[in-house]
Amino acid sequence: MSDRPHPILIAVAALVYLFLMLPLVIVVGAALSDTTYLTFPPQGLSLRWFENIFAISAFRRTIVTSLQIAFTGTLLALLIGIPAAYALNRFRVELPKWLGTLFVLPILVPEIVFGFALLKSLTVGTGVPIFAALLIGHTLLVLPYVVRVISASLASFDFSIEEAAISLGSAPVKTFFTIVLPNVRAGVIAAFILAFITSLNDVSVSLFLTGPGISTLPIQILAHVEQFFDPTVASVSVLLMFLTVAVMVVVERTLGLTFLAK
Amino acid sequence: MTQPLDLHAVSAHYGTTKVLEDLSLSVQAGELVSLLGASGCGKTTTLRLIAGFLSPTAGSIQLGGRDLTRLPPHKRDIGLVFQNYALFPHLSVLDNVAFGLKQRDIPSAERRKRATAMLERVGLAALADRAPGALSGGQKQRVALARALVIEPPLLMFDEPLSNLDAKLRVDMRVEIRQLQRSNGTTSVYVTHDQEEAFSISDRVAIMNAGRLMQFDKPEVLYRRPANPFVARFVGFENIIPFKVISRDGEMVTAETAGMTLRLSQAVYGAIPDTFLLATRPDGLMVSTDPAAKGLPAQLGLRTYLGRAYQYQCETSAGHLVANGSLTTPLEAGTGVKLVPVPEQCTILATEDAR
Repeated sequence: MSDRPHPILIAVAALVYLFLMLPLVIVVGAALSDTTYLTFPPQGLSLRWFENIFAISAFRRTIVTSLQIAFTGTLLALLIGIPAAYALNRFRVELPKWLGTLFVLPILVPEIVFGFALLKSLTVGTGVPIFAALLIGHTLLVLPYVVRVISASLASFDFSIEEAAISLGSAPVKTFFTIVLPNVRAGVIAAFILAFITSLNDVSVSLFLTGPGISTLPIQILAHVEQFFDPTVASVSVLLMFLTVAVMVVVERTLGLTFLAK
Repeated sequence: MTQPLDLHAVSAHYGTTKVLEDLSLSVQAGELVSLLGASGCGKTTTLRLIAGFLSPTAGSIQLGGRDLTRLPPHKRDIGLVFQNYALFPHLSVLDNVAFGLKQRDIPSAERRKRATAMLERVGLAALADRAPGALSGGQKQRVALARALVIEPPLLMFDEPLSNLDAKLRVDMRVEIRQLQRSNGTTSVYVTHDQEEAFSISDRVAIMNAGRLMQFDKPEVLYRRPANPFVARFVGFENIIPFKVISRDGEMVTAETAGMTLRLSQAVYGAIPDTFLLATRPDGLMVSTDPAAKGLPAQLGLRTYLGRAYQYQCETSAGHLVANGSLTTPLEAGTGVKLVPVPEQCTILATEDAR
């Protein structure tokens, strides 16, 4: 066996990457086109469609809403998810097995069903304001990721370290903040980033929960495409892509992507 | 600062599993007591009950007259040393040691001084600024020891502290632990499954089995005079032979088992009941090829070399026994011999069903 990969393997891998990357290349190309309609390859180079994003107030508004929802929703999910992950790991023996599964359920349910269920229970059922409904929906959407990633971090945490601190006179709640949390910091950061990206890019749940006057960026992109076929939508997609890539680069630089794969 | 520890009729149940049954144990001030037994015997449960990480189903725990039973663990003031060291990975060696002092609101300069002094005592002052991850196993356990000792606890507890170290270091460390404990005079509870470790380090040893205390005494007594068949087997009395008394003549008792009669003195063994068990180590059975010898007829089986003797697996009418024979005359499997008990190496136990 040679230690170099077989040429066919390289070719297949290259094809897979091409298949994955080509649509993105096309979107980037289309975004740079000088034409008033979506086209590839771009005809003439221009950044005017990027400028156009900010000229359209709906885009400006939804970018802000999306960031607000993603940020607040992620924080709320951390607030619920960190104690949940802690309890699930700390009392793994005492707690029933299905409890851990419960927190992963929203991932298993088709997102469209999840979104519809939220619409029925929040907006239609109880008349929760649109922004609040979006926030709750996104919190629930990202909660499983938060619980999973922080659980992975806690799984390698030796709880006798916590007991050592308690035996030395540190009260349990204080011990959580001074001993447990600093040792799963990497997991918390990773969970934050993963949840933030998931929320920022979500369509299915937002589709049901957005309403008059309040929308998120991905939903606004959909709405825009239905009415206009200009390259603005391509350029805003590129913007969203780069936001995501930027976040991923930060993770890669600080923790390594393998961390997310845990 | 040193205080006695008293466990009174402590039980712990997980659901229907009785992990600990009616355990009473008194550790004198300044004494080091080991809890010894196989995994699942309840020794770690006992330690966790004393530390407060578990609550007893019944019974009470007292430290120097203070009732700990309902006190939360962070108010018990007990120094703990764990098997896996349990150092705080995100703090330096010095901050690890100073952690307990910080919880006691001791000012920073004083904390530093006392933690450094304690690190000097365990010979690690030079590593004060290192991260725990950069230390060897032995160094980690020294830091853990310093961290537990620096708060000057009235009670120090060790949970298999040497199990993760290699054999040579284990012996060095246990001497070191014993010396520190002696010079501090701190009452200590030491949990281990290693008999040699427990016997070498302790003032007294509590041998536990299936959630019960089997015997609690000085190592010398446990080793020479086990109180029951379990402890006897545990400390190496591999041969346990049932006997029945056939006649009594003052101090002297004549007893028999299938194929052998023995005369035993009650002056040596204490009062001998009508049925009893005679227990010996392999060294307590002499292998004799003399057909006239007064012993238990046996058929030799597998022979193994121990360095100081040959050991034989023997089949007898009293069951399977193990005996050691001299190095000068190795015997072949299948040889018929007599196994002669050496009186001073035997001990007498009450029969299991009589207890």
